[in-house]
Amino acid sequence: MNTNAAIEKRESRAPEVEPTHGGRSYIPTVDIIEGKQELLLVADVPGAQAGDIDIDYERGRLTIQARVQPRQPEDRTQYVLHEYGVGDFCRSFEVGEGIDSEKMHAEIANGVLTLHLPKATELQPRRIAVTAIK
Amino acid sequence: MFLARRSFPVMRLDSFRRDLDRLLNDFRTGFGDLWSSDEHVLPALNIWDDGQQLCAEAEVPGFKMDEIEVSVMGNQLTIKGRRESSAEEGTTFHRRERRTGEFMRTLTLPVDVDAEAVEATLKDGVLTVVMAKAKAALARKITVKSA
Repeated sequence: MNTNAAIEKRESRAPEVEPTHGGRSYIPTVDIIEGKQELLLVADVPGAQAGDIDIDYERGRLTIQARVQPRQPEDRTQYVLHEYGVGDFCRSFEVGEGIDSEKMHAEIANGVLTLHLPKATELQPRRIAVTAIK
Repeated sequence: MFLARRSFPVMRLDSFRRDLDRLLNDFRTGFGDLWSSDEHVLPALNIWDDGQQLCAEAEVPGFKMDEIEVSVMGNQLTIKGRRESSAEEGTTFHRRERRTGEFMRTLTLPVDVDAEAVEATLKDGVLTVVMAKAKAALARKITVKSA
């Protein structure tokens, strides 16, 4: 099964997810790594912890959301240098056949979320629990 | 989020200056070699003035505590670090957006800071550096007495 094409090619069809609350939303940078048994999706979500992350998988669409609270009161802070903003992270992927959704799991440490997508055949919608590594 | 190396002093950036920086950065990276952003992973920084102290923050997810070095001298702040690639042997990248490698940024701060009173913490991939301003740099209130 060409899992590579499944993740790469179909992602661009996913519409942008728009936030319903105020505040900025950012797209996390990710690595997608294929091993023998599983696909790894590694995302940079600095400032987020396990409890802040929602990963939903439904009908082949995998959506990762990380809630990040602003660390400074944006309007009152006297910035000398302001190169980046702080806000939620959100990104969606279309996962093709060849992934066993029952066995997906994720962990987060040091602001890096690692999602394991074991290779298999069945596609089923489910929520994925995130554990913290400390 | 990752920028080319900059050695401009830190100042309040109005939009003109920001555009100028961007122009000059593009000029430099366009010439490959010396300023290639592939060689250095340079995280973005936020620096703010907190009255008695200056605070600097950088998003450095995946960096380990012992892979980051923060040093202060006078009004210069230097942050160095290195992040290893997460892929093991026998795996292939289908998408690779997260930069790995070394970085170093040196910034000139608007005031001198007390090198003895600098605290750096790393939590959830966010590095925060709190620097007490040097005593000489703090404004002092002078009481006016009637003669």
